Amino acid sequence: MNQPSIATSPAVSDEMRQTTCYMCACRCGINVHLKSGRVSYIEGNRNHPVNRGVLCAKGASGIMQVTAPSRLRNPLRRVGPRGSGAFEEISWDEALNLAVSWMKPLRETAPEKLAFFTGRDQSQALTSWWAQAFGTPNYAAHGGFCSVNMAAGGIYTIGGAFWEFGQPDWERTKLFVLFGVAEDHDSNPIKIGLGKLKSRGARVVGVNPIRSGYNAIADDWFGITPGTDGLLILALVHCLFEAGKIDLDYLARFTNAPLLLDATEGPGKGLFLRNADGAPLVIDRKSGAPAPWNGQGVEPDLGATWQGARTVFQHMAERYLSPEYAPEAVADRCGIAAGRIRALAAELARVAFDEAIEIAQPWTDFRGVRHQKMPGRPVSFHAMRGISAHSNGFQTARALHLLQIILGAVETPGGYRLKPPYPKPAEAHPVPHFMAEPGKPLGGPHLGYVRSPEQLALKPDGTPARIDKAFSWENPLSAHGLMHMVIANAHAGDPYRIDTLFLYMANMAWNSSMNTARVMEMLTDTGADGEYVIPRIIYSDAYASEMVAYADLILPDTTYLERHDCISLLDRPISEPDAAGDSIRWPVIEPDRDVRGFQSVLLDLGARLALPGMVAEDGSPKYRDYADYIVNHQRRPGVGSLIGWRGADGTKEGRGEPNPDQLARYIENGSFYQAHIPEEAQFYKPWNAAYQDWAVKIGLYDTPQPYLFALWSEPLRRFQLAAEGHGAAQPPEHLRAQLQLAMDPLPIWYAPFGEAEAAEYPVHALTQRPMDMYHSWGSQNAWLRQIRGRNFLYLPTKIWAAQGFCEGDYARVTSPNGAILVPVAHMPALNENTVWTWNAIGKRKAAWALDDAASEAKEGFLLNHLISELQTEQTDGHRRTNSDPVTGQAAWFDLRVRIERVGPRDHAEPAFPPLPRVVPKGRTRA
Amino acid sequence: MHPAPSVILFTVLSGAGFGFLAFLGAGLVGASGWAAFGLWFLGYALAVGGLLASVFHLGNPRRATRAFSQWRTSWLSREAWASVATLTLLAPVALSDWLGFDWPRSWGLLAAALCLATIGTTSMIYAQLKTVPRWHHWITPVSFAVFALSGGAILSGDGRWAAAMLVALGFVLPALWQIGDGRFAAAGVGIGSATGLGAIGKVTVFEQPHTAPNYLMREMIYVVGRKHVLRLRVLAYGLAVLAPLLVVLVLPGGAARVALAALLHLTGALAARWLFFAQAEHVVGLYYGQR
Amino acid sequence: MTCLPAHTDKKLGLAIDLDTCVGCQACVTACKGWNDQGYGAPLSDQNPYGANPSGTFLNRVHSYQVAPDEGAVQTIAFPRSCLHCDDAPCVTVCPTGASYKRAADGIVLVNEDACIGCGLCAWACPYGARELDAAAGVMKKCTLCVDRIYNENLPEEDRVPACVRSCPTGARHFGDFADPESNVSRLSRERGGVALMPEMGTAPTNRYLPPRRKDTLAAPPLVPLGDFKATGLAGWLDRMLGGR
Repeated sequence: MNQPSIATSPAVSDEMRQTTCYMCACRCGINVHLKSGRVSYIEGNRNHPVNRGVLCAKGASGIMQVTAPSRLRNPLRRVGPRGSGAFEEISWDEALNLAVSWMKPLRETAPEKLAFFTGRDQSQALTSWWAQAFGTPNYAAHGGFCSVNMAAGGIYTIGGAFWEFGQPDWERTKLFVLFGVAEDHDSNPIKIGLGKLKSRGARVVGVNPIRSGYNAIADDWFGITPGTDGLLILALVHCLFEAGKIDLDYLARFTNAPLLLDATEGPGKGLFLRNADGAPLVIDRKSGAPAPWNGQGVEPDLGATWQGARTVFQHMAERYLSPEYAPEAVADRCGIAAGRIRALAAELARVAFDEAIEIAQPWTDFRGVRHQKMPGRPVSFHAMRGISAHSNGFQTARALHLLQIILGAVETPGGYRLKPPYPKPAEAHPVPHFMAEPGKPLGGPHLGYVRSPEQLALKPDGTPARIDKAFSWENPLSAHGLMHMVIANAHAGDPYRIDTLFLYMANMAWNSSMNTARVMEMLTDTGADGEYVIPRIIYSDAYASEMVAYADLILPDTTYLERHDCISLLDRPISEPDAAGDSIRWPVIEPDRDVRGFQSVLLDLGARLALPGMVAEDGSPKYRDYADYIVNHQRRPGVGSLIGWRGADGTKEGRGEPNPDQLARYIENGSFYQAHIPEEAQFYKPWNAAYQDWAVKIGLYDTPQPYLFALWSEPLRRFQLAAEGHGAAQPPEHLRAQLQLAMDPLPIWYAPFGEAEAAEYPVHALTQRPMDMYHSWGSQNAWLRQIRGRNFLYLPTKIWAAQGFCEGDYARVTSPNGAILVPVAHMPALNENTVWTWNAIGKRKAAWALDDAASEAKEGFLLNHLISELQTEQTDGHRRTNSDPVTGQAAWFDLRVRIERVGPRDHAEPAFPPLPRVVPKGRTRA
Repeated sequence: MHPAPSVILFTVLSGAGFGFLAFLGAGLVGASGWAAFGLWFLGYALAVGGLLASVFHLGNPRRATRAFSQWRTSWLSREAWASVATLTLLAPVALSDWLGFDWPRSWGLLAAALCLATIGTTSMIYAQLKTVPRWHHWITPVSFAVFALSGGAILSGDGRWAAAMLVALGFVLPALWQIGDGRFAAAGVGIGSATGLGAIGKVTVFEQPHTAPNYLMREMIYVVGRKHVLRLRVLAYGLAVLAPLLVVLVLPGGAARVALAALLHLTGALAARWLFFAQAEHVVGLYYGQR
Repeated sequence: MTCLPAHTDKKLGLAIDLDTCVGCQACVTACKGWNDQGYGAPLSDQNPYGANPSGTFLNRVHSYQVAPDEGAVQTIAFPRSCLHCDDAPCVTVCPTGASYKRAADGIVLVNEDACIGCGLCAWACPYGARELDAAAGVMKKCTLCVDRIYNENLPEEDRVPACVRSCPTGARHFGDFADPESNVSRLSRERGGVALMPEMGTAPTNRYLPPRRKDTLAAPPLVPLGDFKATGLAGWLDRMLGGR
């Protein structure tokens, strides 16, 4: 046939540059193609360890993010009332001098008056270091309203966590159980992993009130009632204990299950018995005598009792064999039939023990015992915000780790594997530093892992030292701070007032705040003197988000293709279970606007403020820009931002002096580096001598740090002891009962907040982040917003049918905090007492350079208005955060509502007036 | 299906035009001289005007002549050929009528047959589409032909022919609707076979693939105005069939009767053709849970 | 040209695994990104930041809920694009010959230089695979990335459609259905690959691998170690640790 001949080998581009994606926290490698100097196409980098060439919907449409009309163009200074949109363009010199004129006096008099919080947390190593140098205790990233429960629950238990800090052994696992919405972190690696499981026909079990996304492909779906995951998990633990399906050898060797607990009434009760050197004790089965937990050749006895002290294991058995955790006792609350719970427990046991695997790889443990093989339990789990964003999320995360551990499925083949710098126990992390002294840097990092009440960030008078009340009695282990409380606390002057709020890429005037409408008022509220209650707000963002309108000074950031970044082992690296890894971003195109990368701006500010470490001896800036810092800054001698190509000649890995050529070497390699873990060291890492030595070699630790998984958490028990009246550091009376309950040293379940209102607000309301949107970012993307430009509240059949809902209807959704009117849709594959919607699709009119009539602003909506930042029950007159009482994790998912049909409408409520435009309305694709 | 004005105008006007030209070609009008010129002009104007209207439906009208190339498979291409051939063949007949050459009528009868063939090709553009079950039936070409001949007969001024064709239309139009209404179900397609998921259970839409409108939804999933279908059918039947029939039967012959009957009929035909499109459900709607 | 080839040497197409697709939309924007700058006119977007943005996409991902006779309702993501049919009605209706099926590999393609934008091919397609680009006035459709799969400027392993290359779960498989030993033929055979809307007689090339049976977990309950109520913790510990 005579058919057209077409060019099947066109040139793909003029040039391809490899950098790192920024569309979420995955940090995938990307190939950015350029034609005539403009970005023409973006695809995944096949050689990159994170994404192996694949890319998600957001990453593949990154070109629309780089050309979005919402990009800020110049530094701006507010000239009219805050929120009025009256800004004037100023030069960078003016902008930075203005910021310095605000900050310098604060540093010299009261550094805590500057609160510096970052939404994007991919450069915490720098931002935290800067805030330390400034001397303010008020610094954190957004983990507090994200998933700190998962991080803290993991660190305090297994010395690692879910997030992207570990992953199932995708190659070997045979049964994968996913709890809650997890599409929000580590998304491409998890999708790749799910694909591997599916190609092998391995079983995937989803535990989630909502059957969508990953749960849609789960072979079995458990449509659990929100907030009861911990109860379900402990019922599984109960079944496994009941049947003795527990990996005793693993528990005895690698966990604190055999440690002896002091049974004497008094301040030591429930703490580990220790020898004179302070080492916790076990009973050695060989001798029957007490021995330090890490003694060479010691074989700990799980069943020992010694002088009235019993092992942790016995306490566990006592608790989890209790009938209160029997499937039949929890089934109604979980919304899952007891038979299905028992079936899941049986399947876990079957796969873990009957289908056990092993790798023929000898290794040596920290007690000097040589093992010939690496046995494995091919059962793995993952969880993220779904279980995390409840007020019982910390204990639920701990419970899930408990389940993994009793199956022997952490750091073993087929189970859950940690990625460097993890494993790293809580004890190896810093404790919080918070003592602000005029003109001085802070004594150390702000954030850390508290081990006892004495380490809380409290002033001498017992009041919280931090504006967000992190590390206070209200939430002692708030390892990521409580960014969601900063504005509310600053506005309330509780614990004190601040002067300047400095935010980086955090949309606190919209989807990142609870109680959004009220927060917008707080931002513009004035005091009796006519001054703003929060006097100054400096904001850096690349785009015209809702928050921009509320700033006094705007420092416009670049897009991700126009900047340097480093994804560092000092921060949140891109490691794999078999390799430590880090990566960079570099400007693959130059900005066409007067914008600067925030990190470079921060260093410039630091130099202008003469902050220690940021100026040379002659007072000149120590670092030219962020790129210079990435290469030349050293945290400890030889240890810097990046581990690859260190040393003057670039031959050193991990430790080595700065290499001026380092960034060029990264760029040549696709912008990443991997330090591979020796085969002998790839499993059993917390206890594997070869791993510990390797970790020291590349600079993760300075000495080997073997540890035991903490089934019994001594830090928690210390807080419980304080609540019981022991010790010098004593909690306020109104928090004693809460601490006694929530700081249980063994994983426990308690009803989340909102239970008291269940009669009036019987329905659970959740949000999920769609896989094709990253918070509020996707709506400025012309491709993505066509896919998901509006959201619905999904109603289960029970509610849909009972009230006679029809397509096109709206519903009034009422919580104790208020009411919204929103469009609804029917979803039968949903827990019958749960409604949900996609997160952050709703936009404020005129934000993000969208038309005022954009569906995002007209029909789109947020549930945030319904969620108070404070607990609604304040019967004792105390102002309490709506957050997990252990970690301060924002309890987004404890929301309870009432649903009423209102029939068809054409827009959602509340509808706020349009924001003033700081960039013109977008018209065409650039 | 989206009832695009260009396509409705095209099918109605060119249909009536070719119908009328068939009457002229067959010599059933019996005009001569300038009167014949006027009638032939009207016939050509309707046919060509309709064809021109169809060009507005194209994304790239400048390339319209390419449409002649694929007569072997494409009904649209055949229609292009048929209309040009018909209009060309009719020219000598028109000249003969106008200038009184009195050339043999057999040529005109051949051209009249081609008029019908042209109408057939137009109708087959729609009737060939399995994807639109309502159209994919012999009633579609029959209805197009009867509509065209009704219009042509009315314009011919011959009351008997007009009455006869309108009576025929009076049967065909309800048949078109009656048959059409059952066609989607008869096609045996559903969301289950469209997605291949029907074997698992009952399939419904959870989320649309895009919340913003797209070409498919605008073009093929047109659901506006369906609730007015019964009223529109009554109106179309009244205007296309009953009213002109009454006019033809009651009013005395003449230009006024022709004009009034034609106006009423064509208005009704436009309404019927709007329904023809607006009521037509494309199987792609199954993917969207909408038809 | 609008005659369909009597035979194609290859039958290139996709096998899409509905048991694996999570509906992440990655293939949608990967397709948009490549084809916006690849074969033919760009995929334009009208009113991109306005109230009703509307652009051309060659691949769309639906999601359905399926209610089995027994058990929980399932949610299933469902990507939809051109199926490169053997009996492609979109080809034969084309009046200009712009729409054609390649004899060499079976890809159904639009020669945009010859397309008058009449839209008839889109009407003829049961699957909604074709979208008329409002800016260019020509019909756009999946080309199976004909400018990738033979592209000598790409590394061998990248010579697959953009949607396949980017799919994070690996739910999209590209290959030659004419070769019974190809990856797609094998997958389709093993997993019971389904052709969509066979009633339309289009003989599609692409196959959908149906979801595996769900909610089948029914392991027999575990047997308790003993009567815990009777023996208490000590008895349990004894049974549990006795052998150690």
